[in-house]
Amino acid sequence: MADPMRIRAQVAGDKATVRVLMSHEMESGQRKDSAGKIVPAWFIQEVTATHNGKPVLTAEWGPAVSKNPFLQFVIKGAKAGDKIGVTWKDTKGDTRTDEATAS
Amino acid sequence: MQTRRETLKHSAIVAGLLATTGLFPQYALAAYNKTAFEAKSLAEVLKALGAGAPVESKDVTIGGPDIAENGAVVPLTASTVLPGAKQMLILVEKNPAAMIAMFNLTDSVEANVATRAKMGQSSDVYAVVIMADGKVLFAKKEVKVTLGGCGG
Amino acid sequence: MKASKVFSLLALACLASTAVQAQKTAIQSIEEYRAMLQDGNPADLFEAKGEDVWKQKRGPKKASLEQCNLGKGPGVVKGVFVELPRYFADTNKVQDLESRLLTCMETLQGFNPVDIAKTDFGKGEQVIMTALATWVAAESKGMKFNLSQAHTQEKVSFEVGKRLFFQRGGPHDFSCASCHGQDNTRIRLQDLPNLTKNPGDGVGFAAWPAYRVSNGQMWGMQQRLNDCYRQQRFPYPGFASEATIALAVYLGVNSQNSASIAPAIKR
Repeated sequence: MADPMRIRAQVAGDKATVRVLMSHEMESGQRKDSAGKIVPAWFIQEVTATHNGKPVLTAEWGPAVSKNPFLQFVIKGAKAGDKIGVTWKDTKGDTRTDEATAS
Repeated sequence: MQTRRETLKHSAIVAGLLATTGLFPQYALAAYNKTAFEAKSLAEVLKALGAGAPVESKDVTIGGPDIAENGAVVPLTASTVLPGAKQMLILVEKNPAAMIAMFNLTDSVEANVATRAKMGQSSDVYAVVIMADGKVLFAKKEVKVTLGGCGG
Repeated sequence: MKASKVFSLLALACLASTAVQAQKTAIQSIEEYRAMLQDGNPADLFEAKGEDVWKQKRGPKKASLEQCNLGKGPGVVKGVFVELPRYFADTNKVQDLESRLLTCMETLQGFNPVDIAKTDFGKGEQVIMTALATWVAAESKGMKFNLSQAHTQEKVSFEVGKRLFFQRGGPHDFSCASCHGQDNTRIRLQDLPNLTKNPGDGVGFAAWPAYRVSNGQMWGMQQRLNDCYRQQRFPYPGFASEATIALAVYLGVNSQNSASIAPAIKR
């Protein structure tokens, strides 16, 4: 199973700024290895974010998102103690879900 | 005492189980738009998404550095102050495929997302907003990419 | 061609190709770029892994590293990073963070240190080693370097490190000082700190381990030092070698009272 994400959800007023770091190679499929062979593409394609279980943002990514991807978004109507969940799914079908509490 | 790490692990297992039951369809996404992610220009991307002609707008902002020391990691933000934004796209014009990412917004999030992109060379980057009424608005800026040196 | 001549030619070429005004703006833009990356450093991922692995029962002895003595007593992690390298009585030598982690992985967990030292960076147990070093460094983030020079071996190590720093060799006749021995030096757009004196907070010794965005790799000080030798077209002195530890002592003592920003983010 992939390494866990780091999720931070910071509340200010009634909004929560969520910052996520995901552990993923995000191989573009353009790189060649030392033997000259193309390293096959392998990257996160789908991302879903939930707020207290309700989906609030989905994203589709291409191979040009940087390795160990960073994502930042802002949830409206959030308060301390709310649960923020993030799920990603990659081109191999691997998936990872992590949760954090807004503070 | 349950550590934070253990709590996170439990959440992950529970969430994974929920997703596989099929009882929570919100965990399944719409089909990935492969054509849009292979398109080589803003026009082609919008065509693949079935979106209309783009209009430059001061109400859309593309944030990013003027010079990126390394093209592997270029921080880019897309945002708009206009209400009713449905989707936001980030594009790098001169990349092998123009679209980096596509965000589907709900009313629960601000039209303000940030991520980091790989850029193959200096290029214009675009933030594109597709409004609920079908209008397509964009902003662009140039990001120069340079190689900094030897490894410090 | 002598290194110094190559150097000055490079410097002249850089200066000649752009007006001084444009250079300033470029440097400012790059500083803005670096500032943009500070929030959300992928080093966090390695830090989290390191913290996790520290507590895991691993190796032939199926033991955790929680009793590892990094200089301030068994299991004490906060504040150790800014006091390393230092002399350790149990091994009777001066050790840096990574060689000390290696000692603990050997004595507490039963790992073979020779195997780990021979493993390429970024592979096998070296991935664990880097994660551990990242976390231990993070536990001293913002603290000021305060290496001891009380023990004779610590003093000797400093002197050896200093001599190594200035020793020229290899096909280009380079030494560490070729790049890091004077003020106001750079390669292309990369500033090169003068490491013969205190380069200030968060610079040089105070900036590693660091996540390098150019290759998406987390590098500890051992990898940084070994790779410097590779850049001088020298073979690696070796993981946890006496040479790299001595250099670290020289750099660390020079950084006295500067604040550590490790784990940092770098181009």
